[in-house]
Amino acid sequence: MPKKITLNDKGIEFLKKIQELSGETITLCDQCGTCSGGCPFVEDMDITPSQIMRKTMLGQTDVMDSKTMWICASCYTCTVRCPRMLDVSKVSEALRQVKLRQAIDKINIDDITPEDANELPSIAVVSAFRKFTG
Amino acid sequence: MKENIKIPYFPGCTLKTKAKNFEVSAIEASKMIGIELTEIPKWNCCGVVSSLSTDDLMKHIAPVRNLIRVQEMNDSGQANGNRLLTLCSMCFNSMKRTNQRVKNKPEDMKSINDFMYLEKDYLGGVEVIHYFELLDEEILGRIKEKSVKSLKDLKIAPYYGCMLLRPKDIGIDNPEEPSVMENLISSLGGKPVKWDAKSRCCGSYHTVNNKDIVINLAKGIIENARKSGADTIITSCPLCAFNLDNRQKEIIKKDHGFRTMPVFYFSQLMAVAFGLKEEFIGLDGNYIDPKPLLKEKKLI
Repeated sequence: MPKKITLNDKGIEFLKKIQELSGETITLCDQCGTCSGGCPFVEDMDITPSQIMRKTMLGQTDVMDSKTMWICASCYTCTVRCPRMLDVSKVSEALRQVKLRQAIDKINIDDITPEDANELPSIAVVSAFRKFTG
Repeated sequence: MKENIKIPYFPGCTLKTKAKNFEVSAIEASKMIGIELTEIPKWNCCGVVSSLSTDDLMKHIAPVRNLIRVQEMNDSGQANGNRLLTLCSMCFNSMKRTNQRVKNKPEDMKSINDFMYLEKDYLGGVEVIHYFELLDEEILGRIKEKSVKSLKDLKIAPYYGCMLLRPKDIGIDNPEEPSVMENLISSLGGKPVKWDAKSRCCGSYHTVNNKDIVINLAKGIIENARKSGADTIITSCPLCAFNLDNRQKEIIKKDHGFRTMPVFYFSQLMAVAFGLKEEFIGLDGNYIDPKPLLKEKKLI
């Protein structure tokens, strides 16, 4: 007998929200692991990009506590390699947006050292604040 | 022979501040090969780090406004061909993405046009291109012709990073095996190095509040270039340039045995090969001093 996984209402709502925000049909993911295998940031993550996909498709909201989505820098390495044509970078963005839209910022201007503030190019600062604030 | 190219050009924030050497070398080297870059008027932010969510239209307004400037230049006869050129890879990526989005989604185009009711409507006719897309056989021929100083002893690692190549429908070349920068290096008389890290991410904006990620990635990229025999790395992205060049200061702090490597904007090596004046090469803007290497190779 095949086992059937049933999501509870909260899980269904979460999956729906992330699919809507990302525009990606996350349930198409085959869990082949190509995204995790090629990700240049994977060693700095607590769970891998393919685990992000799995947890989201199962409606496991604790994926929001992972730091993986904040480490993903949208380099699109996974995007060009996914055999299911899914864009994990869009899923990371959707997960980040859920937090950022609760007015929870992930960057604090006071954390930038005076030396860095002087040396950083504007493109770095603009990019970081656009990614880490709502 | 084709006529000279006159094209509207978008500099972006960093080429006017920390990467002035990128802009000056590109503008001056381009003049030598019949390319005139005309800065567009009243430009604003390119909308960098493209918003990837389906509903965040607000973040696509800035790039559309720049595209309207190009549309106006074409309408008034100041430009033709409806193209907008960027030097910075990130500006290229974010403006091309927004352009593609509003072209494919008329309802998004309408929302943005309605929001900017004081501007003329953007009609979707502009094409965003990166400088490298101008490098056809004709232009590469001109580059070869103008290269008076041979870079033949300089082994150069072409660094594409992410934004020139990915995603596929935005990238200018094969995302896994690109060759446009290699063609440029060869036309300049230099030796392009074959290496693994040419399209590996440099860590991007993590350099602001998660420096260690960038330090590790940059170190890996530079060591891969060194192992592959490179004397230097070239790039077309001011954020990659900062992470690969300036962050070497942090790499040395952690690894005293690390050997530094100069990093150039591709246009600086064009300016060197064309024998342009030092003020047009802008070597003082590079963090790791590239002069000893250029002197050793008898290029300055």
